[in-house]
Amino acid sequence: MVFQALKNCLWLSCVLRTPKACFWSTASGALIIQSVSNDVYQNLAVEDWIHDHMDLEKQQVLFLWRNSPAVVIGRHQNPWQECNLRLLRQKNIKLARRRSGGGTVYHDLGNINLTFFTTRKKYERMENLKLIVKALKALRPQLDVHVTDRYDILLDRQYKISGTAAKLGRTSAYHHCTLLCNADKFVLSSVLKSPYKGLQSNATPSVPALVKNLFEEDPSLTSEMLLDAVAKEYAMQHEIDHHITLINPADETLLPGISNKTKELQTWEWVYGKTPKFSVSTCLNMAYKDSVVDVKVNMDVKHGRIEVCNIDLPEQWLPPALYSELVKSLTGSKFCPKETTTLVTTLLRVYPQEDELHSRWSLLCENMIRLM
Amino acid sequence: VCIHRVRSCSSIRFIKSKYVCVFDKSALKFSHQQRLFRTSAVSCGQIVQFKLSDIGEGITEVTVKEWYIKEGDSVSQFDSICEVQSDKASVTITSRYDGIIRKLHYSIDDIAFVGKPLVDIEIDASKGVASEEDVVETPPMSHEEHTHQEIKGHKTLATPAVRRLAMENNIKLSEVVGTGKDNRILKEDILNYLAKQTGAILPPSPKAEIVPPLRKAEAVPAAPKDKARKIPLPVSRPIAFSGKDKTEPVTGFQKAMVKTMSAALKIPHFGYSDEIDLTQLVQLREELKPLAEIRGVKLSFMPFFIKAASLGLLQYPILNASLDENCQNVTYKASHNIGVAMDTEQGLIVPNVKNVQVCSVFDIAVELNRLQSLGSAGQLGTSDLTGGTFTLSNIGTIGGTYAKAVILPPEVAIGALGKIQVLPRFNGKGEVFKAQIMNVSWSADHRIIDGATMARFSNVWKSYLENPASMLLDLK
Repeated sequence: MVFQALKNCLWLSCVLRTPKACFWSTASGALIIQSVSNDVYQNLAVEDWIHDHMDLEKQQVLFLWRNSPAVVIGRHQNPWQECNLRLLRQKNIKLARRRSGGGTVYHDLGNINLTFFTTRKKYERMENLKLIVKALKALRPQLDVHVTDRYDILLDRQYKISGTAAKLGRTSAYHHCTLLCNADKFVLSSVLKSPYKGLQSNATPSVPALVKNLFEEDPSLTSEMLLDAVAKEYAMQHEIDHHITLINPADETLLPGISNKTKELQTWEWVYGKTPKFSVSTCLNMAYKDSVVDVKVNMDVKHGRIEVCNIDLPEQWLPPALYSELVKSLTGSKFCPKETTTLVTTLLRVYPQEDELHSRWSLLCENMIRLM
Repeated sequence: VCIHRVRSCSSIRFIKSKYVCVFDKSALKFSHQQRLFRTSAVSCGQIVQFKLSDIGEGITEVTVKEWYIKEGDSVSQFDSICEVQSDKASVTITSRYDGIIRKLHYSIDDIAFVGKPLVDIEIDASKGVASEEDVVETPPMSHEEHTHQEIKGHKTLATPAVRRLAMENNIKLSEVVGTGKDNRILKEDILNYLAKQTGAILPPSPKAEIVPPLRKAEAVPAAPKDKARKIPLPVSRPIAFSGKDKTEPVTGFQKAMVKTMSAALKIPHFGYSDEIDLTQLVQLREELKPLAEIRGVKLSFMPFFIKAASLGLLQYPILNASLDENCQNVTYKASHNIGVAMDTEQGLIVPNVKNVQVCSVFDIAVELNRLQSLGSAGQLGTSDLTGGTFTLSNIGTIGGTYAKAVILPPEVAIGALGKIQVLPRFNGKGEVFKAQIMNVSWSADHRIIDGATMARFSNVWKSYLENPASMLLDLK
């Protein structure tokens, strides 16, 4: 196994002058590349870049990548529905929205990602998954792994070790999937459990599954071994040399325009703003003094912003002027705890209250923020 | 008049004005005549039903997830029309035609069927109808046959509008460098090519799909030479700027700032500034920094400034007060909750350190560390952001000397601290020495604070900082 690092921009002229063919390697019908970065946004940007700029007619590509802890939701999913955003923020786990469909996954360095780039005509997910299974069996013949018709790979007929998603464009397509080697299952299960109640949406739901790491089946396995095994099988099937080209997703000269793609994937408008329209309908049971105050809250959220906001408070619990200012401020603002905190604390500056009302106001606002 | 207006919105003067309509739609807004020309060219367009092409893998239905266009929008060939999803695959559907969207056959979350109409597009009659080939059955490039020009056996990609532009200006597409996706030739490429021929100056292209930082000037081979040959006289030309104003609604942090500052406007501010010699404090901090580090805390100058302010407020409690809305009552706040202005990605936030009057300098440093890390992570809670009674803004960490800070209601005073500069000063013996000087600018509510009170408070604060040892006498 030979790792070959890319150094010079001799290829630069290749990229711009010829119609997207010969990118890194001229002769072969396929190419295997691996990212040197563990940043989920940079790696997703590489996928975008290859999808948009490479001519896959003459050369298919296999892209190997791993990420530091991150939750990746599908193109049309609702992050509030899919994961525990509070926990993500606390643990500093990144949240990314990919451009392919499908469900939510947790990535860390114990999980490997494989992306198969082809032309749209040659898009064939089953073949790719069978290639992976073949690679795993070649590595460890005793492994009981097979592909289901939902495009999952199961271990011992019950545990999911790989999930799949795909993106199709006008002329190119990609199919990517995960492969659990030694991921932190404890963190995985806690971040993928949403605490938010009362959400109603048509966003693609994830199908929860029992997972297992390949490491648990065979402790001699590492992520690097799995990456290499898949690369070897791919090289064999495409009749190319088994060598992997390393690429740096921060290299703007090699991948012109990549930093813009990386930036776009991190914007709030993409990660949260692309959430399909949804509504929140819940009841806040706030413990106040010696009783419990029930507050019905109904909100419609579109493009990640609160379109409609209704808070049903007991009469005169808060001064009407302050209450209406709260509703007015929330309407049109992001469904986001940071933004809401800023707005409500500002309102308290502008309409200062004595202690009793101040504590009621704080209680209501804290509860509202917890919804986000 | 017509031609003058064309000139002012784009410096493409070598192109005859009637062609402006074809691609420079912004020009149309200025001239009624040209608008008529445009609509008459398009109104006899043909409506084509663009059918959803095969997705592959035998899939027959998909869910429409997002529309990128709406009815009435004009689209070019290859523009994205919508995003559909089928069984974990997200598919971007692009337009096969140039034209105007006349009807969307589905709404979001509807099921769309392969082979059935997706959108109706009104195309220009003169362009003709594209062949109804299925994308998957034929090799990828051939369905674009009608958009290719095979010159010298080399296929060139360009949309019909671009091809016509080239044809009308007697340009061979093979001689034009394409900078679009797939090396497609865009209208900007034609214009650039024309500019080099006539030496006109063009505004920078607003949408370059690939932005290559070229080291070898391969894409633009003969330009410098051409320019030298074809512009004999320097003529002053107005260089048109093609940037557009961008209007967005005020939301979130900006909305909060607007509210706060509008309320602050009601407060009649007065300012008072002074210079503080921090030479001794700088030395003291150097000695204490390692001790704090051992305890796991970063010690800046702020804890000293905050504690000194609290000591001053004990002597002048009116600066820690609040005036009610009708200016009827002044409430002297018991707690010194001193706010610290913080600059974050989103903008200004002001968390406060609670009860500074009973905190040691170290306690304040610990609390500041906590607030700073929460602030940069965007995780400050409402309790940290409310209840402030007095504020300090250390704008000097970014720069500046004197500032005019705006009081944050419902407080009545604020201090802006400039940067610490090393300046020459005279000591008691008339000798020049190196002094660490910082400027402070106070703003106070003149309805209940007078200049003398502010000045005396400032002097107390100043003396504690200039002689840090004196703080020891008054610490509680």
